[in-house]
Formats: sequence, C-alpha cells, structure tokens
Amino acid sequence: MSILIDKNTKVICQGITGSVGAFHTRGCLAYGTKMVGGVTPGKGGQTAEGLPVFDTVIEAKDKTGCNATMIFVPPPFAADAILEAIDAELDVVIAITEGIPALDMVRVYDRVKRSKSVLIGPNCPGVITPGQCKIGIMPGYIHQPGKVGIMSRSGTLTYEAVWQTSNLKLGQTTCVGLGGDPIVGTSFIDVFRWFQEDPATEAILMIGEIGGTAEEEAAAFVKQHVSKPVAAFIAGAAAPPGKRMGHAGAIISGGKGTAAEKQAALRDAGIEIALSPADMGAAMVRAIEKHRRR
Amino acid sequence: MKIHEYQGKALFADYGVAVLKHAVAGTPEDAAQAFHNLGGGLAVVKAQIHAGGRGKGTFIEHPEQRGVQLVRSADEAQQVAARMLGKTLVTIQTGPQGKKVNQVLVESGCNIAREFYLGIVLDRAAAKPVLMCSSEGGVEIEKVAAETPEKIFKEHFDPAQGLEAFQVRKLCQKLGVTGVAVRAAEQFMKQLCRLFVDLDCSLVEVNPLVLTGDGQLIALDAKMTFDDNAAFRHPELAELRDLSEENEAEIRASKTGLSYVKLDGNIGCLVNGAGLAMSTMDIIKLHGGEPANFLDVGGGANTEQVTEAFRIILSDPNVRAVLVNIFGGIMKCTTIAEAIVSAAKTVGFQVPLVVRLEGTEVEEGRRILESADVKIIPALDLTDAAQKVVAALQG
Repeated sequence: MSILIDKNTKVICQGITGSVGAFHTRGCLAYGTKMVGGVTPGKGGQTAEGLPVFDTVIEAKDKTGCNATMIFVPPPFAADAILEAIDAELDVVIAITEGIPALDMVRVYDRVKRSKSVLIGPNCPGVITPGQCKIGIMPGYIHQPGKVGIMSRSGTLTYEAVWQTSNLKLGQTTCVGLGGDPIVGTSFIDVFRWFQEDPATEAILMIGEIGGTAEEEAAAFVKQHVSKPVAAFIAGAAAPPGKRMGHAGAIISGGKGTAAEKQAALRDAGIEIALSPADMGAAMVRAIEKHRRR
Repeated sequence: MKIHEYQGKALFADYGVAVLKHAVAGTPEDAAQAFHNLGGGLAVVKAQIHAGGRGKGTFIEHPEQRGVQLVRSADEAQQVAARMLGKTLVTIQTGPQGKKVNQVLVESGCNIAREFYLGIVLDRAAAKPVLMCSSEGGVEIEKVAAETPEKIFKEHFDPAQGLEAFQVRKLCQKLGVTGVAVRAAEQFMKQLCRLFVDLDCSLVEVNPLVLTGDGQLIALDAKMTFDDNAAFRHPELAELRDLSEENEAEIRASKTGLSYVKLDGNIGCLVNGAGLAMSTMDIIKLHGGEPANFLDVGGGANTEQVTEAFRIILSDPNVRAVLVNIFGGIMKCTTIAEAIVSAAKTVGFQVPLVVRLEGTEVEEGRRILESADVKIIPALDLTDAAQKVVAALQG
C-alpha cells in the first residue's frame, strides 16, 4: 500500500515538449512510471518521448485514461495549467514549477479546495512510491520500498532524509514534496491524515522549515489524530530574521516562524526531533523504538 | 523587491490614497527649497532607506540625529538634511552596519487626532490576502501582536472582488472611527487593497495611518514589497528598484540565477537546494561554526554558474573556509566536481575546501576530484563535513 500514487497510476506531463518536461518524463519512464501522454497547447497530434501529445488535458484524459499529471509549465502559465487539470478532474495534480506568483496561487487554492483533485506543490520535487511510481524530479535510486512515510517542504533535504532511511533499512511507503511556496495545495495535515490511514505506513517523518505556521498546525493535528510514531526536522535554525532563504515561504517575519518555536510545538505533540539534518533517520528510529515501548 | 517611502507614496497617490504634500531631496539645498515650496510652517524630514524603525534609528556619524525629524524653517530643513545625506542610519531593521542615506523626503505637517496601524499581507494559513488594522498606531506592530493581539483587527478579502464596504464599516467600528471618517476609510482601505492586488504586492504597510482633526485619513508612511515571482507582469516597477540598497554579491548572484544571502560568519557554503542549504548552515552552527552565507545553486546549474558561485563566496573577505554540500538529484556530482576543478584553476582557493558529495554520479564525481590536482578535504557525510570545516578553521 501507499498514498496518492501506485503502480496503477496513469500519468501525463503538462509541458512535455519543453526541455525540462521532456527530461523528467524520460526519468519517470525509466523508473517504471506508467506515463501515458503529454499536453502542450498547439502541439496536439505530435509525439514526445514516444508518447502522444494532446492540446488539452480533457482530451488526454479521454484518450489515455490518465488520473494524474506532472506539471512543468513555465510560471506565467502554470496557474492556468493547474486549473485545467483540476477542471478535468484528475485525481492527483503535481506542480513542479517554481516561481508562480503568490496571488495566482490564491486563485488556484480556492478552486482546488472545491474540486475533486489533490494538488501537490507548486515548487516541489513531486511524489514517489518507491518501486511503483515516481512523479517528479527526485533521483529514483536512493529510494527503497519500506515503511516510513516522508513529507517535506524542500527538495534536496528530502533526498537526504530518504537516503538516511534507506541506509537504515527502514525504506519508504510514499514520499511527498509539499513545496516551498507560501501557498501550496496540500498541507502537512492532509498528508498526516493519509499516512495515518495507510496500513503500510508504520512511521512518519516530517521535514519542515522556518516561516509560516504550517508545522505548528501539523503538531496540533498529530497530538489529536496520529497514533503512529512521528519524527521531524525543521530547517533554518541558523537563519536570521527578515531574510528570505531561497524558498519564498522560508522567511522569519515579525519574530514568527522560528525553528525554536516549531520544535517546541512538535515536541509538545510527542514528536521526536532531529536537531541536526544528519540525525533525521536516527530520529525516526528513536521514535519507532519509543513507540514500541509504550 | 522593496521600494522607498516616497516611491510608495507616489503609487498611493495614483490610487487615490491620501498622502501629504511632499518632495524628495538629494542635497541639503534641495531640502531647504522643498520646505519653502511646501508653504513653510512645519515639515518633517525623513531619511529614505529600505528599512523600518527610522524614527528611533540614529546615524553613525551623528549619534544625536534620528532618521525622522520635525523642522520649522528652511534653514533647519537644510541642516537636518545635511546631517542625514550621505550618512549611515542604523535602525533595528538594518543591522549594526546600517544603511547609507542618499535621499530625504520633506513632507508637510498635519493636525493629528489619532494614529492607527494598517497592513496588508498574504495570510498563508487562510491562503488569502488580509487587511490588518490596529488602534495602536505608530508603534512596533510586532510588539502589539505579541502582547495585545486582541488589538489587531483582520479582514480577509478575495483578490478578484477586493475589500467589501461592510468590511470597512466593521473595522471602523472596532477602531472607533465614526462620522465622515468612515467614508474616507472606505476609499482609503478599498483602494489600498486594490493596489495590493493590482501590483502583486507581498506587503503594503501604513504605520502610522492618521486621522486628522477634520476627519481625513492620511498615510504618513508607505512601505511596499513586491512579489518577485510576479515581476514578469510588472515591467513598470523594475525602474523603482534601488540597487544601492542591495548587497552587491546578492545582486551578482541573482543575475547568475543563484540564490545567495550574505551572513556574518566565516564559513562559505555552496549547496544545491534551499532546504539543504538552510540545513547546512544549521549543522555548521551545531558544530560550533558560523556560516558566511546561504547559497543555493539550484537543481540545473552548469559549470559556469557553479564557478561564479565560488567567485561570489570567495569575494567575501570574512570567508576562511568553504563547505560544498551536494546531494545530486538533477544536479550531477560530476558537474560539481568539474566546476570545483575549473574554479581552482580560474579563481584559486586560498582557504580550505571541504567537499561532501552524494547522489547522482557520485563515484564518477569523486574520481574527478581525486585525479585532479586540487587540494580538497573530502567528507563522508553531513556531520563529517561540518566537523571537518570547523576544524579546518582552527588548523
């Protein structure tokens, strides 16, 4: 079992004819993902990476039966591409694009919450269920089928966590990259709910970062609703206030959103904290052992 | 992107948001002339820098001079401007090094009955913009938020619809604004919300917003920050950028497509990915070191970009050691290894270089580094890398 995607997920790529979209479509195909087509307006009827290209998402859905999409459309047109995928009622919409204006995401968020689709991202590495389906830009080989569900606001830091859990032979059920923007389609709380309900997921690792209050809200949810062992790391303890650390969302403003505040809230919810990024896998092991002794 | 108060006030005026008569001056003489043109009597001279807290801030060269001062004559305006222009203002937001003042704003006075705070930001949790008001104007809003959050009133609004009239009435009632001032508030607040949306702002702040004796609402300050991701649809705003307000190395980095933030420590960092770059700073600090910068080379950087990244890091005279931490995903370890070899040739490393490579093409990348004639300290993992770079400082 897994969450969101598995070996039966049929995936299209919006923006497949761009160099980045093409490159990662190849990567997903090589991993074994069931890629069934692509969408680029005006290029319908062509083929790309051996797959049929369509003008619209709804046409791609009718002809291929796809239920998920991976979006590489450039920022000025990305919000429109997401809305099109939602309108076509695809189950899982994964937006990799970085640099979408925040107010565009206000409009998209409002629509996605009233739709049947789940939006992951934008500005995220994607989602992977090891050994079954990879939708995104993560290096497949570091993953290993296993029992930890991983969720994160950052990309390469997720690879670090995956690598550590693979080396400790824990493996992963599904890894979800939520995205580093101020407004993203899916929250930690959503993913905690799915992992809690997924029988294959035995433990949960959360990787947050400074800025906003998403981690604090997640801590409150875990306290109430999650019975599985949870470990967490918060990136940015060394970041000064008022400076944006790469991600638009990673900024301490008005003294709020510091790593210390977030760690305190998580600890209060019984979550095992990794203080060092090198300790994420070990913290997961500690959380599992503590849980067993209970 | 941030802009100056006088630029923000020009945009406010375009949207029918009331501001006082003012002029910008780059010389003390211009400041005297501006005082004269405003009709004399009373005026305020305000230093123009991209940071708040100017009223309480002081100048390095003239510790008794504040960043905002009331003046009563053209002579006084000239003297005050002379103490500000070309000098360095330090406020709670500038850091101890302060910011150089190149322009002052000379603004006429007004009859203040009450002061408020008004701010518009994106509320991430609600995924909507929010207008915030407080009756505690003119003071640090962070302090109000921390100590008396019940004194901050909020109304969320839909970007397409803007703020509704009834929302203004609700806010006015809470703020104790009555009579003709409610009509003024409707224009003021609705137009500011429209401005926020039209120009893709991430922050619009008016502190203080004042109510005059005759029921007018006026923006005494104007602070605006724009969403950099939306810059492509606002070419007209690009000319408002003041490069002298930004760190030179940060400008260089953004031109190369790198994300760089200068910090105060002495260990330079080169990392791929924002989250990993932040964590690398964290682990350096955990092991007793201080990062000199945040630097994310991104996922698709090529050899030239990475070489430029090394140049930027090494241009900081505080840097005594460099830590490269790469978890190759899209980024291949071979690209980084080749860039290190190339940077060693073209830039030259005068300081110890600790390299931790993992991920895509790692074996090949390590081989490139071993066979090249570059002195590096290889690290096995994150902890090893942090310990080695901190040790290298001492050695």
